[in-house]
Amino acid sequence: MIDRKIIEEHNLTLDEYEKIVELIGREPNITELGIFSLMWSEHCSYKSSIVHLRQLPVKGKNVIQGPGENAGIIDIGDGLAVVFKIESHNHPSFIEPYQGAATGVGGILRDIFTMGARPIVLQDSLRFGPLSTSKNKSIMEGVVSGISGYGNSIGIPTVGGDVYFNDCYSLNPLVNVFALGIVEKEKIFYAKAEGTGNPVLYVGAKTGRDGIHGATMASAEFGEDSEHKRPNVQVGDPFMEKLLLEACLEVMANELIVGIQDMGAAGLTCSTTEMAAKSGTSLDINLDLVPQREEGMTPYEMMLSESQERMLIVAKKDRVEEVKQIFSKWDLDAVVIGHVGEGGRLKVSFGGKTVVDLPVDAIVNLCPVYERESKVPSYLESAKQLEPLPLPEDYNQTFFKLLSSPTLAEKEWVRRQYDHMVRVNTVFHPGADAPVIRIKNTKKALALTLDGNSLYTYLDPKTGGKIAVAEACRNLACAGARPVGVTNCLNFGNPEKPEIMWQFKETIQGIAQACRIFDIPVTGGNVSFYNDTEGVSIYPTPVLGVVGLVEDISEVTGPGFKDEEEILILLGENKEELGASEYVKTIHQKQKGIPPQIDLKQEKRIQEFCLEIISSGLVESAHDVSEGGLACCLAESSFLSSKNIGLKVDLQDEMRSDALLFGETQSRIVITSKHQNHQKILNLAKDRQIKATAIGKTGGDRIIIDQNGQKLLDVPVDDALKAWREAIPDIFAIK
Amino acid sequence: MKFGVVIFPGSNCDYDTLYVLKDVLKQKTLFLWHKEHDLKNVDCVILPGGFSYGDYLRSGSIAAFSPLMQEVKEFALKGGLVLGICNGFQVLLELGLLPGAMLRNKNLKFLCQFVHLRVENEATPFTNKAKKSQVLRIPIAHYDGNFFSPPDKIHEIKKNNQVVFRYSDAKGQLSEDANVNGSLESIAGLRNKEGNVMGMMPHPERASEVLLGSEDGRIIFDSIIHWLGNRGG
Repeated sequence: MIDRKIIEEHNLTLDEYEKIVELIGREPNITELGIFSLMWSEHCSYKSSIVHLRQLPVKGKNVIQGPGENAGIIDIGDGLAVVFKIESHNHPSFIEPYQGAATGVGGILRDIFTMGARPIVLQDSLRFGPLSTSKNKSIMEGVVSGISGYGNSIGIPTVGGDVYFNDCYSLNPLVNVFALGIVEKEKIFYAKAEGTGNPVLYVGAKTGRDGIHGATMASAEFGEDSEHKRPNVQVGDPFMEKLLLEACLEVMANELIVGIQDMGAAGLTCSTTEMAAKSGTSLDINLDLVPQREEGMTPYEMMLSESQERMLIVAKKDRVEEVKQIFSKWDLDAVVIGHVGEGGRLKVSFGGKTVVDLPVDAIVNLCPVYERESKVPSYLESAKQLEPLPLPEDYNQTFFKLLSSPTLAEKEWVRRQYDHMVRVNTVFHPGADAPVIRIKNTKKALALTLDGNSLYTYLDPKTGGKIAVAEACRNLACAGARPVGVTNCLNFGNPEKPEIMWQFKETIQGIAQACRIFDIPVTGGNVSFYNDTEGVSIYPTPVLGVVGLVEDISEVTGPGFKDEEEILILLGENKEELGASEYVKTIHQKQKGIPPQIDLKQEKRIQEFCLEIISSGLVESAHDVSEGGLACCLAESSFLSSKNIGLKVDLQDEMRSDALLFGETQSRIVITSKHQNHQKILNLAKDRQIKATAIGKTGGDRIIIDQNGQKLLDVPVDDALKAWREAIPDIFAIK
Repeated sequence: MKFGVVIFPGSNCDYDTLYVLKDVLKQKTLFLWHKEHDLKNVDCVILPGGFSYGDYLRSGSIAAFSPLMQEVKEFALKGGLVLGICNGFQVLLELGLLPGAMLRNKNLKFLCQFVHLRVENEATPFTNKAKKSQVLRIPIAHYDGNFFSPPDKIHEIKKNNQVVFRYSDAKGQLSEDANVNGSLESIAGLRNKEGNVMGMMPHPERASEVLLGSEDGRIIFDSIIHWLGNRGG
């Protein structure tokens, strides 16, 4: 029956298997083993991470729903709430980039509308290997088209996100998808299976053999044969999901149902067991009634299938016909496949026989939890030592090289493949630090951002975690928004390796500290372990999705200069910090050094100040200093101004000139103000004990940066713009 | 005066179009459902953007066979105003109410960006508030917007003054660069011979509020309102 080989094939340890036998009081059959293997996989159970995730602050006065549901929910006033989450689809996107990314979009959208919210916006955080290889280029092209193909068709705007490139992602790209929806506070739905006798309906696409073992695939390292796992990747149908979205929202609006859960990773298994476990009820389902796309499917295959665009609904007993009518209006199947009972069990029948009879609590809540061994990585000491670097001979050339490095270059090539305007809410601010979405019929808007620099985290995970939160919030502050909630996607290597576990623990500590200081709750997220291929782990990559609220949309500020003769003011302080910078990586080809340090309290005060002067109407533009340093920050504000206005600044700092131009010291924001307002800003800064320095002004058609009166950089805006704008299209041009 | 916005399965600019007409322009507007045969006495039918029936098979092809479209065809043949935006334009081509076909964009990628349109024909119900050669800034968002037509047909289209918009630069100059999707003769919008049916790839509903980056799209809706008003509709 169940032997060692079968257990291993299901990614379970022998100890775990013994625990299953103990919990259910007998040997499981193969279908039951399949169910446990999915629900006890790292992907579904969080067994290696949960101990550490408990450090994250999850409470706050506006939190309606924290971690543990399909998505987190935050109250934004006016009777409205936002529902949001981020999730990874890394493994499938390596194996089949288009479908992997597309189904990542589909999956996260279902998490949002499952809760009764209409999804209104998407963002993606993408990590690829260097574009010097055709394989990496084809992965990037596939992923971007997959996101575009799904999101555009279903009609939800993909408004932004970030893209980084590093060798460590060559065999293991990251695709993290963030979605947000909006719902009336009183009309939120949960994954409940209550009310004995209530019917269980299967709605949406038919079940096929696709995606079997997707969740277990995402919970193991890849070897050389990973491309053979292609059949494990699901295939997306955005049209089907669009119909499903409309039909589900319609049955919810008509109050016909008790609970609803999407069938994402782990499909029918996850939706049935989680709904029953949450409500302490039983579910009896008959697999003969499940709509099937293929012939001869076994119970094992049906329970483990990850066919997309399916949902499970528990309807009110006397409203089933109305539910069916709505689904039929949208040309969708809605089939009663079982009912709610008592006793906390999942009972599945097939061909007249009971094929599964398990306690749901054991499946959902009693998975073993591991506090895995951790140890400081051996690479760390030498990686932190950055040997003395020569100063550039020609700062202009160095600047062009940096602007055209794919991580810093303009990403319009990506962005214009996404429909970022559908739903007519996207406030016009090209290249903004945080895209802004208006909320119709209110004065409010949402600002959104995704952030995570994995080179920082690789060299100092705790600091990297702090900076990921801080920078995300800084982006929001530049747009004029206050952070209200966080979702995170934690992408790491194999947690069974102590060095990876150390990175994970440290990163979480950094994120937790920063969230406490910024007073923002983490409402959920996703952990993606086993991002290792052929024994090589990715850099630890936390991606923070922070949602910001703008109370008055007229205050929204963009990064581009508005006019000539604006005064440039630097908030914060320049320091000589070169470690882990894009400059050292690109120009000196070293991924080494100590990343910039951060004082979270100081950071918060600077952000508060930025928000204060924005809402006082004193600010024309605001842009945060991040990768590429002050020089790239200033240049971007010029590129993003409607007339590509130039600038001239003189920096009065004693330090290495390359560090001054390209160092990535944190807690810095460059704002511009009208001439008549700049003294007010400087005075106010003094009152608030914020360092603010007038460093120059906008105007002309050159980017000129001096240090103590000595010329460092002097280039025509047009040339710099060309380097920045054409870098990525050039790489993908058909030659 | 009453507008009807058609919903096909897969339409996704239906609510946007309704929002602009109803909330921004304060016009009486209702949805029309693809399975019905009732146009509900509207004065202008708008086929919105989206991916009707997933755009499987060919963009707009399946929607052309929906029950409601048989009514729309009759309505158009009797002189009723019909505007197709993006996917709606593709449906009108498939239905044969407008000439030509759409190929994939010349760079073989989906394109979502602001473009400039030069008004070629201001004497239509859809452009009477614009001036000849006026340049409008309106976004596009499509995969299949590369207009094509055989030489004899294009000759006829031009002879009948059916080209309403061409892709241009900000100054109204035509160029290969400005013609982002590769359309034949830079064609971005077309009317039928009679002038009561127009299709355009750009989305005027996405350019009807300053907050979203442009108000130029309102000219199209304002023109329809003006024309219907004068007709006493």
